[in-house]
Amino acid sequence: MSTGPLDRARNAMEGRTSETGFDHELYRLFPTHRPRPEGEVEELEKIWDNPTGWGLLTVVNNNYIGFFYVAAAFLFFLLAGILALGMRVQLAAPLQDFLPPDTYNRFFTMHGTVMMFLFAVPMVEAIGIMLLPQMLAARDLPFPRLSAYAFWAYFVGGLCFFASIFVGLAPDGGWFMYPPLTSLTYSPGINTDFWLLGIGFIEISAIAGAIEIIVGVLRTRAPGMTLDRMPMFAWAMLVFAVMIVIAFPSVILGTLLLELERAFNWPFFDPARGGDPLLWQHLFWFFGHPEVYIIFLPAAGLMSMMVATVARTELVGYRLNVLALVATGFISFGVWAHHMFATGMPRVSTGYFSAASMAVSLPAGIQVFCWIATLAAGKIRWSTPALFVVGSIGIFVMGGLTGVMVGMVPFDWQVHDTYFIVAHLHYVLLGGMVFPMFAAFYYWNGMTSKNALSERMGKWVFWLMFTGLHVTFLPMHLTGFMGMPRRVYTYLPDRGLDLLNLVSTIGAFVIAAGVLLFLFDLARRFRFTTSEDAGNVYGGGTLEWLPTGMYSTRSIPLVRSREPLWDDPDICDDVAEGRYFLPNTVTGLRETIITSPINAEPQYLQLMPGPSPWPIGAAVFTAAFFLALTVQAYAFSAFAGVVALVCVLRWLWETDRPIQQETADIGAGIVVPIAITGPSSHGWWALNTLMVVMGMIVFMAIFSYLYLYGINPEVWIAPPSLPQTAGIAALLVLALGSARLSRRILASKPKGAFPGQAPWLMAAIGAALLGAAIWWDWTGWSGAGLDPTASGQGATVFALLAFQACTVAIAGIMALYLGYRSGRGLLVGPSNVTLDVVVRFIGYAALQGLACALVVRLFPGG
Amino acid sequence: MSQRISMVSTMSNAPSDVFDAWWDWPPPVLDPAGPYADSVVVLAWALIGMGVVVTAIVVAALYVAIKGPDHWKTKLGGEKAVWIGGIAFPSVVLTGLLVWGLTLTASLTEPVPQDTMRIRVTGYMWWFDVEYLDADGNVVMRDANELHLPVGEPVVVELASEDVIHSFWVPNLSGKEDMIPGRVNELVIQADRAGRYGGVCAEYCGGPHALMGFVTVAHDRADWEAWIEGRSRLRPEIVDQDVPGEVPAITPAVARDATNSLDGRRLFMDSGCAACHRIAGTEANGLAGPDLTRVGSRMTLGAGILPNNRGTMIGWIGDSQSIKPGNRMPSYDMLSAEELEAIAIWLEQQK
Repeated sequence: MSTGPLDRARNAMEGRTSETGFDHELYRLFPTHRPRPEGEVEELEKIWDNPTGWGLLTVVNNNYIGFFYVAAAFLFFLLAGILALGMRVQLAAPLQDFLPPDTYNRFFTMHGTVMMFLFAVPMVEAIGIMLLPQMLAARDLPFPRLSAYAFWAYFVGGLCFFASIFVGLAPDGGWFMYPPLTSLTYSPGINTDFWLLGIGFIEISAIAGAIEIIVGVLRTRAPGMTLDRMPMFAWAMLVFAVMIVIAFPSVILGTLLLELERAFNWPFFDPARGGDPLLWQHLFWFFGHPEVYIIFLPAAGLMSMMVATVARTELVGYRLNVLALVATGFISFGVWAHHMFATGMPRVSTGYFSAASMAVSLPAGIQVFCWIATLAAGKIRWSTPALFVVGSIGIFVMGGLTGVMVGMVPFDWQVHDTYFIVAHLHYVLLGGMVFPMFAAFYYWNGMTSKNALSERMGKWVFWLMFTGLHVTFLPMHLTGFMGMPRRVYTYLPDRGLDLLNLVSTIGAFVIAAGVLLFLFDLARRFRFTTSEDAGNVYGGGTLEWLPTGMYSTRSIPLVRSREPLWDDPDICDDVAEGRYFLPNTVTGLRETIITSPINAEPQYLQLMPGPSPWPIGAAVFTAAFFLALTVQAYAFSAFAGVVALVCVLRWLWETDRPIQQETADIGAGIVVPIAITGPSSHGWWALNTLMVVMGMIVFMAIFSYLYLYGINPEVWIAPPSLPQTAGIAALLVLALGSARLSRRILASKPKGAFPGQAPWLMAAIGAALLGAAIWWDWTGWSGAGLDPTASGQGATVFALLAFQACTVAIAGIMALYLGYRSGRGLLVGPSNVTLDVVVRFIGYAALQGLACALVVRLFPGG
Repeated sequence: MSQRISMVSTMSNAPSDVFDAWWDWPPPVLDPAGPYADSVVVLAWALIGMGVVVTAIVVAALYVAIKGPDHWKTKLGGEKAVWIGGIAFPSVVLTGLLVWGLTLTASLTEPVPQDTMRIRVTGYMWWFDVEYLDADGNVVMRDANELHLPVGEPVVVELASEDVIHSFWVPNLSGKEDMIPGRVNELVIQADRAGRYGGVCAEYCGGPHALMGFVTVAHDRADWEAWIEGRSRLRPEIVDQDVPGEVPAITPAVARDATNSLDGRRLFMDSGCAACHRIAGTEANGLAGPDLTRVGSRMTLGAGILPNNRGTMIGWIGDSQSIKPGNRMPSYDMLSAEELEAIAIWLEQQK
């Protein structure tokens, strides 16, 4: 048998060989038979108990944060839906003045923006944070405070952003905000800044959530849950989170550049000075199209799980489905320019993007047929989730087919930017995300509510929404053919559009009636709980239906199949009686088992934080920082930024807690270490993910630089001299070296001994060298006569330098923080998470600096 | 409220015969009037057919999966069904479509002969500037919100923008193409039957984007010659060397309208209209708004939204802000009805 890396991975994935050296024979010890000591459950309850009253603001547990998150996202769904109703009233008849043009333009901009950024992405992320720990049978996700931070930043910032519509400050450039319409000349108000800064930090919150989900899915699965046995939703969330990490940096960069252009007159998008409006479109759609799949894939994961349950059989084509999810993730990064067919792209490019757009529909077809095959393989039991699941397959297919149609370039030239597109995208998003979400609300309601929702009313909700959807959006295909462009606040009479638009408006209110009925049922029946829940109403077979409390499951089961509850009828009792892993608390603190990424073999015990006010503090002041920046209250903004920073540092202060124990017995005599550092630790994975995010921002900035060079090379000037470039590179290499030396010094000291100030000083020298390098780089370019306001070259070069300067500033703050900890005697070896993080961040900043300095200085080189 | 009533009544008087093929049945996207729309319509019907058939297949499969007889369910309930329905079938359909799409794209973007007639259309917030070019690229004639072309000949439309991104779309004649600041996109259109075809701006451009349209008129050969001839004779001009000069002689019969004693021309100049509008041969040479040299012969006002007659002209000048809110022309509501009428009468004569 060959043992190439691929084979090893596959063997590990299928559980045939050990990934970490963990002996699989030990799994035979479970379920254990000896009775557990009294009082273990009570102790778990006490440790995982949550504060009440105002203290609820400090909770970090996923049961609560997940629920808050879902509720907030649903609130934004309702708000954006109300905006849609306003627009439909305006369009019910020609030349109405229910909404004046300016108001209408704000409404549709906010409708799109809120639905995409404040509803869809947060909603799927929220469902992930709520369901994943239970599905994976982890006590919680690995960074509960990061989830709390992500939620509060999103909620506070999102509400303030939405409120801009009440004071006439809402953005009005459409949800994709094309410059130059959104540049200072044509949008002088702060409305556009609300979008740029508001969306900017909601994206930061999404990325925080994505890091949490990647590490959570890969490292906190129950033992034995190999990748091949992972619930489909976890697969979908893994792909989702990776896509966020790769796609969101592009729009973050885009918003940064547009804000720089508006605030400081750096001409990234101004064709008169070597910029190009199409650069924005590339940056936006490189994010924007994957975004559609970012929304769809998690919902498809939910569908795969619910289909199995309603058909009462295992999902047909599990591996094909996984392949489809991963393939969608890949291909979706190659289709962005199909939103730009009408911009006059070269024929070759349109051909490539057309082909890629066709290709990306294949994985969707695979998933649809997996669902249909599963329904055929089993026997459907009708219920409200079943209705929504089946309905959404039909709707999604229709939206997908119009998607194939607009993937054809000549056809797209006709229907692009018309109501045909409005119909297409609503079919896709409603069928691909909203209907699965409602199915999921009914299906998983039993996990968090004392009462199940009403089945009778649920059927009404479904039929109202299903009918309303077709009545609203089916006619829009035709309105598009009749020449009605999208984003029009009115249309002229005598053009045959009156009746079709009236029908669409009626349909919109039918959908609203369905949603209203759902809200009524929710108010009547939904009662939040973490322990006395209604339970497994529809008979699902995955781990989230194990008996749980705030601590999740009493013991963490050994997973032997994809649907453990169906395959092992005793598993619920065994889990509740503590016959599996970690039936108690070992250290008296919150803790969960970290397992290996492929094979889910137990590796170590992670200590988890309890309730803390610092994440919400940091979140509120992050939001305040951005919002104050928007309304140009710079002093308050700076204050809020400092407070947010202090909150973050205070929250990190508890890292490297000294604990007495070094190892823990996690059941059946299996002993694992507690809290480790290095490549196996969950913190290492999280920092790496963050570096990928930052690297992507730089990558997209370098793309922008090269793109503008390609458009307008004649305004380019020669870079500073080569010796200077070599000097900067040398400084950066020295910075990297001194950071590594710092870790070397710490590691060489005897265990537990205080190593003196040498390690942090080396790190600080590294940070100082970074500072010197960026200073030299910046002044070098200024000296060469480059001006950020003069040309596209100046703007992009200084944007890169500014980003590097910010990175260096963060590295500097980290070095000082390390120094403070060292001064308090908290920097103890041989391995220390704080030092590890700081040193690796400095190393990363040095590499990023090298990339920024070398690319723009050597290419095109004058 | 009264403003609104006046606006709606003005507009609903719109004679729908301003456009022959706009908003009629069949919808303009499916009603081609030239080769650049023709082949796309064939593709469109094929795609619509594909959509309907595949939807039907999926619904049928769902029906079988849920309610079908057991032996059918068994066939459908395995990975083989996924391979056939989800991979093989779509691959064949998509490949076929792709080949068709690529071939069609190639044929639609084939270069046209060097000496093809060229018209430059420049997007402004919220109207279209139209310039007819000679073989050397000089502007020989200037107009706004209206495009005239001969039947049966390809015309290259050079698309540009002076402010934000707009998009040029005449669905009967071809797909749309964006007008992007800093770039000139070229779109070839051709009408094979005479008629008037509506066009709109398809890219959201802020404010009253909804009310930014134009008319394309395709003339029979003889009609076209006459049209060109008439233009050139009445107002010979080379716009690039345009200087305010002598006022062309206007016959006394049309110089003054019998019912109005005010001087429309003087009012036009004194009220500031000339700061934004140009009328060739007069001292009015503003460039911010549409060229009014031939406004009297245009079919629409306000960029394709109102029929052009004396009443709508008066309404537009006096109250353009409630007809097209946010447009760049202030409402001249300080002028009296008589004054507005005098200006309107004078503008009617600019042909």
